[in-house]
Amino acid sequence: MTIPLSWYLLLAATLFCIGFFGVLSRRNAVAALMGVELMLNAVNINLVGFWRYVRPADLTGQIFAIFVLAVAAAEAAVGLALMIAIYRTRRTINVDEIDLLKG
Amino acid sequence: MTNVFNLTWLIPIPPLLAFFAIILFTNPHKRLSSNLAIGAVALSWVMSWLVAFAYFGNWHVLVEEPFALSLPWLPTGTGVFRMGVAVDAVTAVMLFMVGFVLTMIFIYSHGYMTFPGYLDPALNTDGLDPRYSRFFAYISLFATGMLGLVVADNLLMLFVFWEIMGLCSYLLIGFWFDKTYPDPNQITPKQAGLKAFLTTRIGDVLLMIGLLLLFIMTGELNFQAIFKPEVLEHLAESHLAIPFLGAFSAAVVIAIFIFWGAIGKSAQFPLHVWLPDAMEGPTPVSALIHAATMVSAGVYLIIRMQPLFAAAHHGENGAMLFVAFIGAFTALFAATIALAQNDIKKVLAYSTVSQLGYMFAALGIGAWVAATFHLIMHAFFKALLFLGSGSVIHGVEHGHHHAQHGHGEHGHGHHDEHHEAYFDPQDMRNMGGLLRRMPATGWTFIIGAAALSGFPLVTAGFWSKDEILADAWYTGHTLVFWTLAAAALLTAFYSFRQVFMTFFGKPRTEAAAHAVESTRSMTVPLMILAVFAIAAGWVGIPEWFPGVGAILGNPLGTMLGAQAEAYHLHHKPLPPQSVPLLVSIVVSLGGIFLAWLVYGRKPLEAGQPDPLERWLGPIYTVLRHKYYFDELYGSLPNVRPALILRFALWLTAVLRAFDTYVIDGIVNAVGNFGRRFARALRLFFDELFVDGAVNGTGFVAQVAGSVLRLVQTGQVQFYLLIVLLGVLAFLAFVQLGL
Repeated sequence: MTIPLSWYLLLAATLFCIGFFGVLSRRNAVAALMGVELMLNAVNINLVGFWRYVRPADLTGQIFAIFVLAVAAAEAAVGLALMIAIYRTRRTINVDEIDLLKG
Repeated sequence: MTNVFNLTWLIPIPPLLAFFAIILFTNPHKRLSSNLAIGAVALSWVMSWLVAFAYFGNWHVLVEEPFALSLPWLPTGTGVFRMGVAVDAVTAVMLFMVGFVLTMIFIYSHGYMTFPGYLDPALNTDGLDPRYSRFFAYISLFATGMLGLVVADNLLMLFVFWEIMGLCSYLLIGFWFDKTYPDPNQITPKQAGLKAFLTTRIGDVLLMIGLLLLFIMTGELNFQAIFKPEVLEHLAESHLAIPFLGAFSAAVVIAIFIFWGAIGKSAQFPLHVWLPDAMEGPTPVSALIHAATMVSAGVYLIIRMQPLFAAAHHGENGAMLFVAFIGAFTALFAATIALAQNDIKKVLAYSTVSQLGYMFAALGIGAWVAATFHLIMHAFFKALLFLGSGSVIHGVEHGHHHAQHGHGEHGHGHHDEHHEAYFDPQDMRNMGGLLRRMPATGWTFIIGAAALSGFPLVTAGFWSKDEILADAWYTGHTLVFWTLAAAALLTAFYSFRQVFMTFFGKPRTEAAAHAVESTRSMTVPLMILAVFAIAAGWVGIPEWFPGVGAILGNPLGTMLGAQAEAYHLHHKPLPPQSVPLLVSIVVSLGGIFLAWLVYGRKPLEAGQPDPLERWLGPIYTVLRHKYYFDELYGSLPNVRPALILRFALWLTAVLRAFDTYVIDGIVNAVGNFGRRFARALRLFFDELFVDGAVNGTGFVAQVAGSVLRLVQTGQVQFYLLIVLLGVLAFLAFVQLGL
């Protein structure tokens, strides 16, 4: 008995929603960044799931997943560096207070 | 030899440089300024004589083809106007006279423009006039004007230099602009300057009209170009319509307009009124500008333009007749006024007017050579006379001071009172017996007066005047001849009246008794000029004259005669004539003898009225008041002007009212209509629609901006939420097939 593709997709969708909710709702910028990681991983699940069920002969899905991991790592590094820089100047990483671009 | 002529254009330059150097740099250093000016003018003198003598040496070649040098100056649309210099016989003799006289007068000014310390001890002026440097700057600029006028090769340049001289004349007449007199009707230097400037302006405007007409008719202002026979013929044959008067030959109209310029500049009737009042200027100025050079520029202009006048003469309406009439009339008219003047400089001023009239009369009858000759001779002896009168005035002023000082020692009580009384050092009634006190001035003045009277055989004035009379006799202008002869008689009379009143008899005032001779820098120019006042005339003695005539050979007359022929002026050497010669000897000696009878035999006593006053009665009063011309022209501040002038003033008032209410009314109505219309447009179209559109655009953008800016919270999460909502909305749109 195999687990059908739709379960994976549901899991990924759930994970994505949790991540997105995290991004939208957390005051702490680091937590929001963690939400972003969740969203990226939800995408990874989708990629791997589709590869396994739709085109197992190709390596495209796996390669893409590794690509996303690498980008996520870089994004985390840049994001955290930004957090530190903002913290140094403004003594806070509360995203509600970071609104310099207000019109 | 011809290379010397290349100096010609440089002649006016040194005084111009001196002018700028003085006003810009050396103004505080008085002696440096005057030395600079004298040095510059002496340089011009040397160059003028080089050019003049180079011409005299080569005139046989040069009369037909005058030296000319020019360069393109103004593009005129149809061609290029050329500016340059030219030397013909007239220019050469003028350069000979002008350069020399200028230098003499500059040197004289060096001694004349002093300012004795006792006049105002508070001023520390080193004994020099407070505006000493300025004086030399002005006369340097004047020298540029005169020399430039002489060498100019076209009428426009001539006119420019003419106006430079007019300006300098104004500045120099009003040089002592702060001077006032106790008599409110005595004209002050400031008023005299204005009067001279405004009176000559009338002539200058008419002259400019003449030049414009000439340029319109021929497209040329260059002398040689105008004097081409075909151009002159064209001018004589074309006609110009004058409103109300009819059509005249263009040559006549232009000649008469040009002559009006000369009337103004040379103070001929009816614009003669400014010259006697111009004597308010310093005496070197009177000698320089108002006797020797600037006033003779008018005569020079007519001499220069004589071919045009001759062309006008061939038409039926001779412009020459007008010139002859004005000249002869002025010669007699001014001579009569000079009889009754007591101011030493005023007599000379009227005599200048009269002598210039002589020259115009000569030009009017076609005696071109004689007029030029008389112009040069007159400049020498009239400069001498004016400088002599300046020396006399200086001497009498010194004597006046000396006499006051002497009185002061005897009784201090009288001193102040005496000092307050106005003393006129120019009034001949305050002089007398000066020959013993001032021998150098006295003898040179007598030589000058003899030359002016035309003392027979010896003096320059005799030969030049005689030639004019001979010409008038020969050409059959009997009326002109007798008028000029009468004027010559009066001239001899008033000249020696002046000599006897000033230098002979006993001193009539303490001032005259204590007069002192002037300094060397004043008397030396007098002596040099005195030599010229006699010897210069010898170059123009007619060849037929027994003895001297054959030896000297009339070099001036021959050269100018050749030049006249080159200009097609129908010059013929005069045959020997006894009548004019005898008449000119008789009037000259007769005038001197009459003056001796009246003033020399029994000199005037102090306070004694002029004998003429008794004999001539009311005529004397008229002459004393200069035929009431100042009253007629309304130029006296406190005298009710004559009826005709009052009418003119009334007419002016009426015309002004017409101008103010009708002409200005129309102009203003048009203007106001324009303004109102524009205002309506502004209110109802510009502000409403144009501004509305512009402001509306801005307003919309502003409102949109103020609404949309609310979206920009700066919070990343809010943006993300909007993205989410947007995506959801898009999905809903797609999925529900809206």
